[in-house]
Amino acid sequence: MSCVIRAENLAKSYGNFRALKGISFKIRKGECFGFLGHNGAGKSTTMRMIYGLSTVDEGYLEVIGEIIKPLTPPHIKQIFGIVPQEDNLDPDLSVIENLEVYGGYFGITRKAARAYGQELLDFMGLTDKINVNVEMLSGGAKRRLVIARALINKPEIIILDEPTTGLDPQARRLVWQKLRRLKEDGVTMLLTTHYMEEAAQLCDKLVLMNDGLILAEGSPEKLVNQYVLPFVIEVRVSLDMLPSGINKKIEEMGGRAEYIVDSLFIFTKDGKGLWEKLSEIGLKQDTCYLRPANLEDVFLKLTGRRNEE
Amino acid sequence: MKVALGILKRHLIVFRRTLWSNMVFNVLEPFLYLSAMGFGLGAYIQNMEGMSYMQFIAPGMVASAAMWAATFECTYSSFVRLHYQKTFHAMLAGPATVADVVAGEVLFGIVKNIVFGIVILVVIAAMGQVPSVWSLLIPLFLVFPGAVFSLMALSYTGIISHIDYLNYYITLVTTPMYLFAGVFFPVSSMPMWMQNLAWLNPLYHSVEVCRGLVVGNISIVLWQHVASLTLFSIILAAVPVYFLKKRLIS
Repeated sequence: MSCVIRAENLAKSYGNFRALKGISFKIRKGECFGFLGHNGAGKSTTMRMIYGLSTVDEGYLEVIGEIIKPLTPPHIKQIFGIVPQEDNLDPDLSVIENLEVYGGYFGITRKAARAYGQELLDFMGLTDKINVNVEMLSGGAKRRLVIARALINKPEIIILDEPTTGLDPQARRLVWQKLRRLKEDGVTMLLTTHYMEEAAQLCDKLVLMNDGLILAEGSPEKLVNQYVLPFVIEVRVSLDMLPSGINKKIEEMGGRAEYIVDSLFIFTKDGKGLWEKLSEIGLKQDTCYLRPANLEDVFLKLTGRRNEE
Repeated sequence: MKVALGILKRHLIVFRRTLWSNMVFNVLEPFLYLSAMGFGLGAYIQNMEGMSYMQFIAPGMVASAAMWAATFECTYSSFVRLHYQKTFHAMLAGPATVADVVAGEVLFGIVKNIVFGIVILVVIAAMGQVPSVWSLLIPLFLVFPGAVFSLMALSYTGIISHIDYLNYYITLVTTPMYLFAGVFFPVSSMPMWMQNLAWLNPLYHSVEVCRGLVVGNISIVLWQHVASLTLFSIILAAVPVYFLKKRLIS
Protein backbone atom coordinates (compact mmCIF):
# COMPACT_ATOMS: atom_id res chain seq x y z
CA MET A 1 0.00 0.00 0.00
CA SER A 2 1.26 3.46 -0.82
CA CYS A 3 2.21 6.09 1.68
CA VAL A 4 0.01 9.22 1.68
CA ILE A 5 1.70 11.29 4.39
CA ARG A 6 5.34 11.13 5.39
CA ALA A 7 7.21 13.22 7.92
CA GLU A 8 10.94 13.25 8.63
CA ASN A 9 12.27 15.08 11.67
CA LEU A 10 9.32 17.42 11.60
CA ALA A 11 9.71 20.12 14.23
CA LYS A 12 8.00 23.35 15.22
CA SER A 13 8.89 26.23 17.51
CA TYR A 14 6.72 29.06 18.70
CA GLY A 15 9.20 31.68 19.82
CA ASN A 16 11.41 29.94 22.35
CA PHE A 17 8.94 27.14 22.93
CA ARG A 18 9.64 23.93 21.02
CA ALA A 19 6.22 22.38 20.54
CA LEU A 20 7.51 19.64 18.30
CA LYS A 21 11.07 18.35 18.59
CA GLY A 22 11.54 16.27 15.48
CA ILE A 23 9.13 13.44 14.70
CA SER A 24 9.05 10.98 11.81
CA PHE A 25 6.14 8.84 10.68
CA LYS A 26 4.55 7.29 7.60
CA ILE A 27 0.84 6.97 7.03
CA ARG A 28 -0.40 4.47 4.48
CA LYS A 29 -3.46 4.78 2.33
CA GLY A 30 -6.59 3.39 3.97
CA GLU A 31 -5.27 3.05 7.49
CA CYS A 32 -6.39 4.74 10.64
CA PHE A 33 -3.32 6.32 12.16
CA GLY A 34 -3.46 7.60 15.72
CA PHE A 35 -1.47 10.24 17.54
CA LEU A 36 -1.78 9.54 21.21
CA GLY A 37 -0.61 11.79 23.98
CA HIS A 38 -1.79 14.23 26.58
CA ASN A 39 -2.39 17.93 26.11
CA GLY A 40 0.68 19.74 24.89
CA ALA A 41 2.33 16.61 23.48
CA GLY A 42 2.47 18.15 20.01
CA LYS A 43 -0.44 16.26 18.42
CA SER A 44 -2.46 19.27 17.36
CA THR A 45 0.63 21.10 16.13
CA THR A 46 1.33 18.15 13.85
CA MET A 47 -2.26 18.13 12.58
CA ARG A 48 -2.26 21.88 11.96
CA MET A 49 0.91 21.56 9.90
CA ILE A 50 -0.65 18.83 7.80
CA TYR A 51 -3.87 20.72 7.10
CA GLY A 52 -2.36 24.11 6.53
CA LEU A 53 -2.96 26.23 9.63
CA SER A 54 0.70 26.12 10.65
CA THR A 55 3.81 26.49 8.54
CA VAL A 56 6.41 23.76 8.09
CA ASP A 57 9.66 25.49 9.02
CA GLU A 58 11.81 22.60 10.19
CA GLY A 59 12.09 19.08 8.90
CA TYR A 60 10.26 17.46 6.04
CA LEU A 61 6.59 16.84 5.36
CA GLU A 62 5.15 15.19 2.31
CA VAL A 63 1.44 14.77 1.51
CA ILE A 64 0.32 12.64 -1.46
CA GLY A 65 3.78 12.94 -2.96
CA GLU A 66 4.04 16.72 -2.63
CA ILE A 67 6.51 18.43 -0.35
CA ILE A 68 4.79 20.91 1.97
CA LYS A 69 6.82 24.10 2.16
CA PRO A 70 5.80 26.21 3.96
CA LEU A 71 2.01 25.79 3.87
CA THR A 72 -0.33 23.09 2.57
CA PRO A 73 -1.72 24.44 -0.72
CA PRO A 74 -5.47 24.61 -1.49
CA HIS A 75 -5.44 21.76 -4.00
CA ILE A 76 -4.23 19.39 -1.30
CA LYS A 77 -6.67 20.76 1.26
CA GLN A 78 -9.32 20.00 -1.36
CA ILE A 79 -8.97 16.24 -0.63
CA PHE A 80 -8.94 16.63 3.16
CA GLY A 81 -11.81 16.48 5.59
CA ILE A 82 -10.95 18.30 8.79
CA VAL A 83 -12.50 17.83 12.22
CA PRO A 84 -10.74 20.49 14.28
CA GLN A 85 -10.29 20.31 18.02
CA GLU A 86 -12.75 23.09 18.75
CA ASP A 87 -16.13 23.11 17.05
CA ASN A 88 -16.07 25.95 14.58
CA LEU A 89 -19.50 25.42 13.12
CA ASP A 90 -21.07 28.54 11.70
CA PRO A 91 -23.51 29.75 14.40
CA ASP A 92 -25.22 32.12 11.96
CA LEU A 93 -26.45 29.16 9.93
CA SER A 94 -28.71 26.15 10.35
CA VAL A 95 -27.46 22.56 10.35
CA ILE A 96 -28.03 21.94 6.64
CA GLU A 97 -26.80 25.43 5.70
CA ASN A 98 -23.53 24.68 7.46
CA LEU A 99 -23.05 21.78 5.07
CA GLU A 100 -24.21 23.74 2.02
CA VAL A 101 -21.94 26.70 2.73
CA TYR A 102 -18.95 24.53 3.54
CA GLY A 103 -19.52 22.55 0.36
CA GLY A 104 -19.53 25.90 -1.45
CA TYR A 105 -15.92 26.52 -0.39
CA PHE A 106 -15.04 23.32 -2.23
CA GLY A 107 -16.88 24.46 -5.33
CA ILE A 108 -19.87 22.17 -4.74
CA THR A 109 -23.17 23.70 -5.85
CA ARG A 110 -25.70 24.43 -3.16
CA LYS A 111 -28.14 21.92 -4.61
CA ALA A 112 -25.57 19.11 -4.75
CA ALA A 113 -24.30 19.95 -1.26
CA ARG A 114 -27.84 19.91 0.05
CA ALA A 115 -28.59 16.50 -1.44
CA TYR A 116 -25.37 14.92 -0.20
CA GLY A 117 -25.63 16.85 3.07
CA GLN A 118 -28.98 15.21 3.76
CA GLU A 119 -27.38 11.80 3.22
CA LEU A 120 -24.59 12.70 5.63
CA LEU A 121 -27.02 13.96 8.26
CA ASP A 122 -28.90 10.70 7.90
CA PHE A 123 -25.64 8.77 8.38
CA MET A 124 -24.79 10.86 11.44
CA GLY A 125 -28.26 10.50 12.93
CA LEU A 126 -29.06 14.19 12.64
CA THR A 127 -31.94 14.06 10.14
CA ASP A 128 -34.45 15.50 12.59
CA LYS A 129 -32.13 18.46 13.28
CA ILE A 130 -31.78 19.51 9.65
CA ASN A 131 -33.21 23.03 10.01
CA VAL A 132 -32.18 23.66 13.59
CA ASN A 133 -29.70 26.43 14.35
CA VAL A 134 -26.40 24.83 15.31
CA GLU A 135 -26.35 26.67 18.65
CA MET A 136 -29.31 24.53 19.72
CA LEU A 137 -27.45 21.23 19.26
CA SER A 138 -25.98 19.17 22.10
CA GLY A 139 -22.20 18.74 22.31
CA GLY A 140 -22.37 15.27 20.80
CA ALA A 141 -24.64 16.38 17.96
CA LYS A 142 -22.32 19.31 17.20
CA ARG A 143 -19.39 16.96 17.01
CA ARG A 144 -21.24 14.65 14.65
CA LEU A 145 -22.17 17.64 12.50
CA VAL A 146 -18.52 18.71 12.34
CA ILE A 147 -17.70 15.21 11.13
CA ALA A 148 -20.53 15.38 8.57
CA ARG A 149 -19.16 18.73 7.42
CA ALA A 150 -15.70 17.20 7.02
CA LEU A 151 -17.22 14.58 4.70
CA ILE A 152 -19.10 16.96 2.40
CA ASN A 153 -16.28 17.03 -0.18
CA LYS A 154 -15.91 13.20 -0.13
CA PRO A 155 -12.37 13.50 1.25
CA GLU A 156 -9.63 10.93 0.67
CA ILE A 157 -8.00 11.75 4.00
CA ILE A 158 -9.87 12.67 7.17
CA ILE A 159 -8.03 14.43 9.97
CA LEU A 160 -9.74 14.21 13.35
CA ASP A 161 -8.22 16.32 16.12
CA GLU A 162 -9.64 14.93 19.36
CA PRO A 163 -13.00 14.02 17.85
CA THR A 164 -14.64 12.95 21.11
CA THR A 165 -13.14 15.22 23.75
CA GLY A 166 -15.84 16.49 26.06
CA LEU A 167 -18.50 14.01 24.96
CA ASP A 168 -20.43 11.72 27.26
CA PRO A 169 -19.85 7.94 26.91
CA GLN A 170 -22.91 7.33 24.71
CA ALA A 171 -22.09 10.16 22.35
CA ARG A 172 -18.48 9.01 22.19
CA ARG A 173 -19.46 5.48 21.25
CA LEU A 174 -21.80 6.78 18.58
CA VAL A 175 -18.95 8.79 17.03
CA TRP A 176 -16.66 5.74 17.16
CA GLN A 177 -19.27 3.66 15.42
CA LYS A 178 -19.52 6.23 12.60
CA LEU A 179 -15.76 6.46 12.27
CA ARG A 180 -15.47 2.68 12.02
CA ARG A 181 -17.97 2.75 9.16
CA LEU A 182 -15.81 5.30 7.35
CA LYS A 183 -12.77 3.14 7.91
CA GLU A 184 -14.57 0.20 6.33
CA ASP A 185 -15.15 2.40 3.29
CA GLY A 186 -11.38 2.69 2.91
CA VAL A 187 -10.94 6.32 3.92
CA THR A 188 -7.54 7.18 5.35
CA MET A 189 -7.91 8.60 8.84
CA LEU A 190 -5.59 10.57 11.09
CA LEU A 191 -6.75 10.77 14.65
CA THR A 192 -5.40 12.51 17.70
CA THR A 193 -6.70 11.60 21.09
CA HIS A 194 -5.79 11.37 24.71
CA TYR A 195 -8.27 8.57 25.26
CA MET A 196 -6.39 5.28 25.12
CA GLU A 197 -9.59 3.36 24.61
CA GLU A 198 -10.40 5.43 21.56
CA ALA A 199 -7.02 4.73 20.06
CA ALA A 200 -7.33 1.02 20.81
CA GLN A 201 -10.81 0.88 19.29
CA LEU A 202 -10.08 2.74 16.08
CA CYS A 203 -6.41 2.80 15.16
CA ASP A 204 -4.53 0.31 13.01
CA LYS A 205 -1.32 1.98 13.92
CA LEU A 206 -0.42 4.68 16.35
CA VAL A 207 2.37 6.74 17.77
CA LEU A 208 2.65 7.64 21.44
CA MET A 209 3.69 11.24 21.80
CA ASN A 210 5.02 13.10 24.78
CA ASP A 211 6.65 16.48 25.04
CA GLY A 212 7.02 16.98 21.30
CA LEU A 213 8.56 13.57 20.63
CA ILE A 214 7.36 10.13 19.56
CA LEU A 215 8.05 7.60 22.31
CA ALA A 216 6.81 4.46 20.61
CA GLU A 217 4.90 3.32 17.58
CA GLY A 218 3.06 0.29 16.33
CA SER A 219 -0.37 -1.31 16.41
CA PRO A 220 -2.20 -1.18 19.75
CA GLU A 221 -1.63 -4.91 20.30
CA LYS A 222 2.01 -4.69 19.35
CA LEU A 223 2.60 -1.84 21.76
CA VAL A 224 0.95 -3.69 24.61
CA ASN A 225 2.95 -6.85 23.87
CA GLN A 226 6.17 -4.96 23.50
CA TYR A 227 6.08 -2.71 26.52
CA VAL A 228 4.05 -4.48 29.21
CA LEU A 229 3.11 -7.98 30.29
CA PRO A 230 -0.42 -9.19 29.44
CA PHE A 231 -1.97 -8.73 32.90
CA VAL A 232 -1.78 -6.08 35.52
CA ILE A 233 -2.74 -5.94 39.16
CA GLU A 234 -3.38 -2.42 40.35
CA VAL A 235 -2.53 -2.07 44.03
CA ARG A 236 -4.74 0.52 45.66
CA VAL A 237 -2.67 1.10 48.73
CA SER A 238 -0.62 4.21 49.30
CA LEU A 239 3.08 3.63 48.74
CA ASP A 240 4.19 4.09 52.35
CA MET A 241 1.72 1.38 53.49
CA LEU A 242 3.26 -1.27 51.24
CA PRO A 243 5.12 -4.14 52.97
CA SER A 244 8.88 -3.81 52.81
CA GLY A 245 10.82 -5.83 50.25
CA ILE A 246 7.72 -6.16 48.10
CA ASN A 247 9.54 -5.52 44.82
CA LYS A 248 11.82 -8.47 45.35
CA LYS A 249 8.93 -10.77 46.25
CA ILE A 250 7.03 -9.74 43.15
CA GLU A 251 10.01 -10.48 40.97
CA GLU A 252 10.48 -13.88 42.57
CA MET A 253 6.91 -14.71 41.61
CA GLY A 254 7.46 -13.72 37.98
CA GLY A 255 5.85 -10.29 38.18
CA ARG A 256 7.24 -6.83 37.50
CA ALA A 257 6.64 -3.90 39.78
CA GLU A 258 6.10 -0.51 38.17
CA TYR A 259 5.42 2.66 40.09
CA ILE A 260 3.19 4.91 38.03
CA VAL A 261 1.76 8.17 39.32
CA ASP A 262 2.28 7.22 42.97
CA SER A 263 0.78 3.78 42.83
CA LEU A 264 2.05 0.26 42.34
CA PHE A 265 1.20 -1.72 39.22
CA ILE A 266 2.21 -5.37 39.12
CA PHE A 267 2.60 -6.63 35.56
CA THR A 268 2.60 -10.37 35.01
CA LYS A 269 2.17 -13.09 32.41
CA ASP A 270 0.07 -15.19 34.72
CA GLY A 271 -2.61 -12.87 36.09
CA LYS A 272 -4.75 -15.50 37.83
CA GLY A 273 -1.73 -17.27 39.32
CA LEU A 274 -0.33 -14.17 40.94
CA TRP A 275 -3.78 -13.01 42.05
CA GLU A 276 -4.23 -16.22 44.07
CA LYS A 277 -0.89 -15.72 45.78
CA LEU A 278 -1.30 -12.04 46.67
CA SER A 279 -1.31 -12.74 50.38
CA GLU A 280 2.20 -14.17 50.07
CA ILE A 281 3.44 -10.71 49.09
CA GLY A 282 1.50 -9.18 51.95
CA LEU A 283 -1.38 -7.75 49.90
CA LYS A 284 -5.11 -8.27 50.22
CA GLN A 285 -7.33 -9.01 47.22
CA ASP A 286 -9.89 -6.42 48.23
CA THR A 287 -7.37 -3.60 47.87
CA CYS A 288 -6.18 -4.86 44.50
CA TYR A 289 -7.67 -5.12 41.03
CA LEU A 290 -6.74 -7.60 38.31
CA ARG A 291 -7.29 -6.76 34.63
CA PRO A 292 -5.71 -7.31 31.21
CA ALA A 293 -2.99 -4.76 30.39
CA ASN A 294 -3.95 -2.11 27.87
CA LEU A 295 -2.62 0.83 25.94
CA GLU A 296 -3.02 3.13 28.90
CA ASP A 297 -0.53 1.07 30.85
CA VAL A 298 1.95 1.38 28.00
CA PHE A 299 1.38 5.09 27.87
CA LEU A 300 1.68 5.62 31.61
CA LYS A 301 4.74 3.45 31.79
CA LEU A 302 6.50 5.29 28.98
CA THR A 303 5.55 8.81 29.97
CA GLY A 304 5.97 8.09 33.66
CA ARG A 305 9.52 7.03 33.04
CA ARG A 306 10.25 10.14 31.08
CA ASN A 307 9.10 12.33 33.91
CA GLU A 308 11.49 10.64 36.28
CA GLU A 309 14.47 11.40 34.09
CA MET B 1 -11.31 33.45 -6.27
CA LYS B 2 -13.78 30.57 -6.52
CA VAL B 3 -13.45 30.06 -2.78
CA ALA B 4 -13.82 33.81 -2.13
CA LEU B 5 -17.15 33.71 -3.97
CA GLY B 6 -18.17 30.75 -1.80
CA ILE B 7 -17.36 32.88 1.26
CA LEU B 8 -19.34 35.81 -0.17
CA LYS B 9 -22.26 33.46 -0.69
CA ARG B 10 -22.08 32.48 2.98
CA HIS B 11 -22.27 36.14 3.99
CA LEU B 12 -25.19 36.78 1.66
CA ILE B 13 -27.17 33.88 3.16
CA VAL B 14 -26.71 35.39 6.62
CA PHE B 15 -27.33 38.93 5.29
CA ARG B 16 -30.64 37.98 3.71
CA ARG B 17 -31.82 36.68 7.05
CA THR B 18 -30.84 39.80 8.97
CA LEU B 19 -31.59 42.30 6.20
CA TRP B 20 -34.59 43.95 7.86
CA SER B 21 -33.11 44.31 11.31
CA ASN B 22 -29.95 45.62 9.64
CA MET B 23 -31.94 47.98 7.48
CA VAL B 24 -33.67 49.80 10.30
CA PHE B 25 -30.40 50.64 12.03
CA ASN B 26 -28.58 51.67 8.88
CA VAL B 27 -31.45 53.74 7.47
CA LEU B 28 -32.67 55.39 10.61
CA GLU B 29 -29.43 57.14 11.46
CA PRO B 30 -28.82 58.92 8.13
CA PHE B 31 -32.52 59.70 8.01
CA LEU B 32 -32.29 61.36 11.43
CA TYR B 33 -29.26 63.40 10.38
CA LEU B 34 -30.90 64.35 7.13
CA SER B 35 -34.06 65.62 8.75
CA ALA B 36 -32.34 67.30 11.74
CA MET B 37 -29.69 69.03 9.65
CA GLY B 38 -31.74 69.49 6.51
CA PHE B 39 -34.81 71.00 8.15
CA GLY B 40 -33.09 72.44 11.22
CA LEU B 41 -29.92 73.97 9.87
CA GLY B 42 -31.47 74.27 6.42
CA ALA B 43 -33.88 76.86 7.77
CA TYR B 44 -30.92 79.21 8.35
CA ILE B 45 -28.84 78.34 5.31
CA GLN B 46 -30.41 79.66 2.15
CA ASN B 47 -27.97 78.14 -0.25
CA MET B 48 -24.80 76.11 -0.20
CA GLU B 49 -22.73 75.95 -3.37
CA GLY B 50 -25.77 77.00 -5.34
CA MET B 51 -28.22 74.44 -3.94
CA SER B 52 -30.59 74.12 -0.98
CA TYR B 53 -28.95 72.82 2.19
CA MET B 54 -31.08 69.68 2.08
CA GLN B 55 -29.97 69.08 -1.50
CA PHE B 56 -26.34 69.63 -0.49
CA ILE B 57 -26.26 67.09 2.33
CA ALA B 58 -28.56 64.42 0.81
CA PRO B 59 -25.93 62.83 -1.53
CA GLY B 60 -23.41 62.94 1.34
CA MET B 61 -25.83 60.77 3.32
CA VAL B 62 -25.76 58.16 0.56
CA ALA B 63 -21.96 58.04 0.60
CA SER B 64 -21.62 58.07 4.39
CA ALA B 65 -24.35 55.50 5.11
CA ALA B 66 -22.57 53.22 2.67
CA MET B 67 -19.28 53.86 4.48
CA TRP B 68 -20.73 53.04 7.89
CA ALA B 69 -22.26 49.81 6.61
CA ALA B 70 -18.99 48.57 5.07
CA THR B 71 -17.00 49.74 8.10
CA PHE B 72 -19.17 48.00 10.69
CA GLU B 73 -19.14 44.82 8.65
CA CYS B 74 -15.36 44.70 8.38
CA THR B 75 -14.74 45.71 11.99
CA TYR B 76 -17.20 44.24 14.49
CA SER B 77 -18.65 41.48 12.32
CA SER B 78 -15.28 40.39 10.93
CA PHE B 79 -13.75 40.51 14.42
CA VAL B 80 -16.46 38.19 15.74
CA ARG B 81 -15.92 35.78 12.86
CA LEU B 82 -12.16 35.89 13.41
CA HIS B 83 -11.94 35.55 17.18
CA TYR B 84 -15.22 34.21 18.57
CA GLN B 85 -16.90 32.16 15.89
CA LYS B 86 -13.62 30.88 14.38
CA THR B 87 -15.35 31.06 11.00
CA PHE B 88 -12.08 31.93 9.28
CA HIS B 89 -10.33 28.92 10.81
CA ALA B 90 -13.06 26.70 9.41
CA MET B 91 -12.66 28.27 5.97
CA LEU B 92 -8.90 27.78 6.10
CA ALA B 93 -9.32 24.12 7.01
CA GLY B 94 -11.16 23.91 3.68
CA PRO B 95 -9.45 24.91 0.47
CA ALA B 96 -9.40 28.65 1.31
CA THR B 97 -6.26 30.75 1.63
CA VAL B 98 -6.02 33.87 3.81
CA ALA B 99 -6.27 35.94 0.62
CA ASP B 100 -9.56 34.18 -0.18
CA VAL B 101 -10.89 34.98 3.30
CA VAL B 102 -9.93 38.65 2.89
CA ALA B 103 -11.44 38.77 -0.59
CA GLY B 104 -14.68 37.27 0.74
CA GLU B 105 -14.89 39.85 3.54
CA VAL B 106 -14.07 42.78 1.23
CA LEU B 107 -16.54 41.63 -1.42
CA PHE B 108 -19.22 41.51 1.23
CA GLY B 109 -18.17 44.94 2.53
CA ILE B 110 -18.61 46.23 -1.03
CA VAL B 111 -22.04 44.60 -1.26
CA LYS B 112 -23.11 46.28 1.99
CA ASN B 113 -21.67 49.59 0.82
CA ILE B 114 -23.79 49.33 -2.33
CA VAL B 115 -26.97 48.02 -0.70
CA PHE B 116 -27.12 50.74 1.96
CA GLY B 117 -26.09 53.39 -0.55
CA ILE B 118 -29.04 52.37 -2.70
CA VAL B 119 -31.41 52.36 0.25
CA ILE B 120 -30.50 55.95 1.20
CA LEU B 121 -30.61 56.95 -2.45
CA VAL B 122 -34.19 55.72 -2.55
CA VAL B 123 -34.97 57.61 0.67
CA ILE B 124 -33.60 60.93 -0.64
CA ALA B 125 -35.30 60.33 -4.00
CA ALA B 126 -38.59 59.96 -2.14
CA MET B 127 -37.79 63.26 -0.43
CA GLY B 128 -37.42 64.84 -3.87
CA GLN B 129 -33.66 65.38 -3.63
CA VAL B 130 -32.50 63.39 -6.68
CA PRO B 131 -32.85 65.60 -9.76
CA SER B 132 -30.45 63.84 -12.15
CA VAL B 133 -30.73 60.54 -13.94
CA TRP B 134 -26.93 60.23 -13.58
CA SER B 135 -27.73 58.95 -10.06
CA LEU B 136 -28.40 55.56 -11.59
CA LEU B 137 -24.61 55.16 -11.81
CA ILE B 138 -24.21 55.50 -8.03
CA PRO B 139 -24.58 51.76 -7.21
CA LEU B 140 -21.86 50.98 -9.72
CA PHE B 141 -19.63 53.75 -8.40
CA LEU B 142 -20.01 52.57 -4.78
CA VAL B 143 -17.84 49.54 -5.58
CA PHE B 144 -14.78 51.84 -5.36
CA PRO B 145 -15.29 53.43 -1.93
CA GLY B 146 -16.70 50.10 -0.68
CA ALA B 147 -13.39 48.38 -1.41
CA VAL B 148 -11.38 51.13 0.33
CA PHE B 149 -13.54 51.25 3.49
CA SER B 150 -13.56 47.44 3.75
CA LEU B 151 -9.80 47.11 3.29
CA MET B 152 -9.10 49.86 5.83
CA ALA B 153 -11.45 48.38 8.42
CA LEU B 154 -10.26 44.82 7.92
CA SER B 155 -6.62 45.87 8.23
CA TYR B 156 -7.34 47.43 11.60
CA THR B 157 -9.39 44.40 12.67
CA GLY B 158 -6.43 42.19 11.83
CA ILE B 159 -4.05 44.29 13.89
CA ILE B 160 -5.97 44.52 17.16
CA SER B 161 -6.32 41.76 19.71
CA HIS B 162 -9.36 42.92 21.67
CA ILE B 163 -12.78 43.95 20.44
CA ASP B 164 -12.78 47.13 22.58
CA TYR B 165 -10.02 48.58 20.41
CA LEU B 166 -12.51 48.78 17.56
CA ASN B 167 -14.03 51.81 19.28
CA TYR B 168 -10.82 53.70 18.59
CA TYR B 169 -11.14 53.02 14.90
CA ILE B 170 -14.71 54.29 14.87
CA THR B 171 -13.92 57.38 16.96
CA LEU B 172 -10.51 58.27 15.57
CA VAL B 173 -10.78 57.16 11.96
CA THR B 174 -14.34 56.76 10.74
CA THR B 175 -15.94 59.68 12.58
CA PRO B 176 -13.28 62.23 11.50
CA MET B 177 -13.61 60.92 7.94
CA TYR B 178 -17.35 61.52 8.25
CA LEU B 179 -17.04 65.03 9.68
CA PHE B 180 -14.41 66.34 7.25
CA ALA B 181 -15.57 64.80 4.00
CA GLY B 182 -17.72 67.64 2.75
CA VAL B 183 -20.95 65.98 3.84
CA PHE B 184 -22.29 68.87 5.94
CA PHE B 185 -20.26 71.77 4.51
CA PRO B 186 -18.01 72.17 1.48
CA VAL B 187 -14.40 71.18 2.00
CA SER B 188 -13.43 74.47 0.28
CA SER B 189 -14.58 76.35 3.41
CA MET B 190 -11.82 74.72 5.47
CA PRO B 191 -8.19 75.97 5.75
CA MET B 192 -5.96 75.03 2.87
CA TRP B 193 -4.05 72.34 4.75
CA MET B 194 -7.31 70.64 5.69
CA GLN B 195 -8.43 70.81 2.09
CA ASN B 196 -5.24 69.05 1.04
CA LEU B 197 -5.75 66.48 3.76
CA ALA B 198 -9.25 65.81 2.45
CA TRP B 199 -7.72 64.22 -0.64
CA LEU B 200 -6.54 61.41 1.64
CA ASN B 201 -10.08 60.94 2.92
CA PRO B 202 -11.80 58.25 0.85
CA LEU B 203 -15.22 59.44 2.00
CA TYR B 204 -14.48 62.90 0.54
CA HIS B 205 -14.03 61.32 -2.90
CA SER B 206 -17.16 59.24 -2.46
CA VAL B 207 -19.23 62.25 -1.37
CA GLU B 208 -18.01 64.39 -4.29
CA VAL B 209 -18.88 61.74 -6.87
CA CYS B 210 -22.27 60.97 -5.29
CA ARG B 211 -23.14 64.67 -5.21
CA GLY B 212 -21.98 65.15 -8.79
CA LEU B 213 -24.13 62.24 -9.97
CA VAL B 214 -27.18 63.16 -7.87
CA VAL B 215 -27.34 66.76 -9.10
CA GLY B 216 -25.99 65.97 -12.58
CA ASN B 217 -22.83 68.03 -12.20
CA ILE B 218 -20.64 65.85 -14.39
CA SER B 219 -17.01 66.74 -15.04
CA ILE B 220 -13.59 65.21 -15.48
CA VAL B 221 -12.93 65.84 -11.78
CA LEU B 222 -15.19 62.91 -10.92
CA TRP B 223 -12.71 60.60 -12.65
CA GLN B 224 -9.94 61.99 -10.46
CA HIS B 225 -11.94 60.94 -7.41
CA VAL B 226 -12.50 57.46 -8.83
CA ALA B 227 -8.80 57.21 -9.66
CA SER B 228 -7.87 58.22 -6.08
CA LEU B 229 -10.14 55.54 -4.64
CA THR B 230 -8.69 52.94 -7.00
CA LEU B 231 -5.19 53.93 -5.95
CA PHE B 232 -6.10 53.58 -2.25
CA SER B 233 -7.49 50.10 -2.89
CA ILE B 234 -4.35 48.99 -4.70
CA ILE B 235 -2.13 50.30 -1.92
CA LEU B 236 -4.25 48.71 0.83
CA ALA B 237 -5.01 45.36 -0.81
CA ALA B 238 -2.13 43.41 0.73
CA VAL B 239 -2.39 44.93 4.23
CA PRO B 240 -5.27 42.87 5.71
CA VAL B 241 -3.84 39.71 4.13
CA TYR B 242 -0.56 40.34 5.95
CA PHE B 243 -2.14 40.95 9.36
CA LEU B 244 -4.73 38.20 9.15
CA LYS B 245 -2.04 35.74 8.13
CA LYS B 246 -0.21 36.63 11.33
CA ARG B 247 -3.41 36.00 13.30
CA LEU B 248 -4.55 32.82 11.59
CA ILE B 249 -1.43 30.92 10.55
CA SER B 250 1.03 30.02 13.28
